[in-house]
Formats: sequence, structure tokens, C-alpha cells
Amino acid sequence: MEQAPPPKPTLADLFVAFAKVSLSGFGGVLAWARRAMVEERGWLTPEEFNEVYAVCTMLPGANIVNFSVVFGSRVRGPLGALAALAGLILPPVVLVIVFAMLYARFGDVPALRHMLTAVAAAAAGLIAATVAKMAGPLFDSRFPAAPLPALAAFLAIGVLQWSLPLVLVILVPASLALAFAQKLWVRQ
Amino acid sequence: MKWDGGTLATLAGYFALMSLFAIGGANSAVPEMHRLAVEVKHWMTDQQFTDTFALAQVIPGPNMIIVTLIGYHVAGIAGACVTTLAMCGPTCLLAFIIGRAIDRFSDAPWQAVLHAGLVPVSLGLIASSAAVVARAADHNWVTVGISVASVVVFYWTRLHPLWVFAAAALIGLAGLT
Repeated sequence: MEQAPPPKPTLADLFVAFAKVSLSGFGGVLAWARRAMVEERGWLTPEEFNEVYAVCTMLPGANIVNFSVVFGSRVRGPLGALAALAGLILPPVVLVIVFAMLYARFGDVPALRHMLTAVAAAAAGLIAATVAKMAGPLFDSRFPAAPLPALAAFLAIGVLQWSLPLVLVILVPASLALAFAQKLWVRQ
Repeated sequence: MKWDGGTLATLAGYFALMSLFAIGGANSAVPEMHRLAVEVKHWMTDQQFTDTFALAQVIPGPNMIIVTLIGYHVAGIAGACVTTLAMCGPTCLLAFIIGRAIDRFSDAPWQAVLHAGLVPVSLGLIASSAAVVARAADHNWVTVGISVASVVVFYWTRLHPLWVFAAAALIGLAGLT
């Protein structure tokens, strides 16, 4: 027996769903977005989710912000995009302003300073580990040049601290050319 | 705290431009935020930037809320709103347009090449954000140890980040950092 497709979410549904995703998702909200959209509400199949998300990672800006816009506009047009975006952004921004006021007031308290420094050190480790996991597929024995753009980006931005737009204007076309070359080379 | 229109316009311009270069997510732009806010504009110290980054990690919400915190630090609530809108506006417009177009191009071969070309660059940028934060936060052996332990835990286990952050905060609270 085939299940009836779930009803199309309303603007309010979109706002509430993305607000919940945003507030429950701590340290990045992707996993929560998938749970809410695919598993709980059935608004997207796992394949559709991956497809929409893949598009969003190719766009500049925060992936989940792009996701809310692309998904919201697919189900409810421009207003849907706005409702989903507002749900995603407004609650954390209010929360952030409260935290920022507290930090402005108590930021000089040594205990808080030490705690934040320690959390930043751990967060740097989290990011490094995530990159290490994601970098695995880059290493292709048939095309050893594939990781070069990643190394170049790290050297220019992470070590030499050059200006981001300047580096990307050169590096993105070079990386695209390399990806194209890899496609031709590996196919042979 | 500066409230004048000039500062707000500067914030809007910088963050709108930066958002378009944040490929692979908001963390890709963290080194550029650091360069501008600490090195070029002297809006905050290295320590304040690190604190801001840590706060953005522990406040629920997308990682991009770091721009809201920077905006608040520079120009109060108006600054927070300006940086948030500047970071979202241009990229959301782009996402809206591309999201509509992509329905028609979803199997195009150029999409695979685009993806293969952008992923390595964004990985390099995200790794850079880890380097920038680590450089500022890891100022003694304890914080270096926390970073290394965190890499090990997150690479080899699926532990929720909250536990590691809480453990780190406790070590900090104990005054060891």
C-alpha cells in the first residue's frame, strides 16, 4: 500500500520547522535539518534531501541558510523562502544578542575567558577532524594532483593570511580546470 | 562602541562581499573575518575573536551567527542586524535564483566538475579556519592538548560535540588554560 504524500507545508509550518531545527542544532544544524525534513515530517525523501543539499554546498554562504531558501522556495515560492529563512535566522539572532550583551558585561571575568578559550581550542580540533574525514575521497591514486587546490587554499589563507577574494579569484578557476583535467584523465 | 552610519556601511559592505566568497559554508570565511576584524580594522583583539568564535559554537543556531556576534561587538544591536543581513542577503538571493534554475539542470555534467573543483578549495578554507582559531586559542600546552585530544576524539568517534566542549569548558573553569 502506498502512503499518501504529506500535505504541502504552509508558511507557518516552514517557519516553525526551521526555527526548531535552528534552535536544536548546536554546532552546525545539518544533521537536525535532515532529521526534521526527512525523518519526522517526510517533506523530502532522502534522495531529494541529498540533491538539494549538494546544490547548497556549491553555493557561497552558510549551507543551511541556502538550504532554507532553496527548500522554502520550492514548496511555497518567494514567501516560502522568506518564511523558512526567518525561522532559521530570527531565533538564534535574538539569542546571540542576549549572549553578546552578557559577554560585553562579563567578558573580562577570568573564569569565562578561560572557559571560552578552552572551548575554542576544542572547536578548532572538531573542525580539523571534520576536514580530515572529508578529505579522504580527494586522494585518488590515479590522479595524485587532486588535493593540490586544498593545500594551496590552506597555505594562502590559513598560513600566509592573504585576502580571501584575491586568493579565490585565482584558485577557483585553477581548481575547476584541474577537476576538468581529472575527469578527462581518469576516464582514459 | 561606534554607532555612526559610516561604520554600519563598512560592516555591510565587507560582510556582503565576504559572504559571496564563503564557499563550502560560513566557516570558510572565518579566516577572512579574522583578518579584517583583527588585523586590518582592529575592531577586536585576537583574544576577543577567539571568544566570539567559541560563543558562536556553543549558542544554538547555524555557524554563521559568528557574524552577528562580530556585528554586535563593533556597533551594538544595529551592527548585529547589519552583519547578519549582509551575510545572508546576497547569498540567499543567489540561492533563490540558482535553486529555481537547478531543477532544469540537475543532471548536467558541468555540475559534477563544479562540485569536484569547489570541494578541495572549500576544504582548504575550512582547515584554515581551524588553523586561525588554534593559533589564537592554543597559547599553552593545556590548550594545545585540548585541540589535539579533540581532533582524536572527533576523528575516531561519533561523540556529540557538546560533551567535548563541556569537558573543555570544565578544564578552562578549573583555571588550567
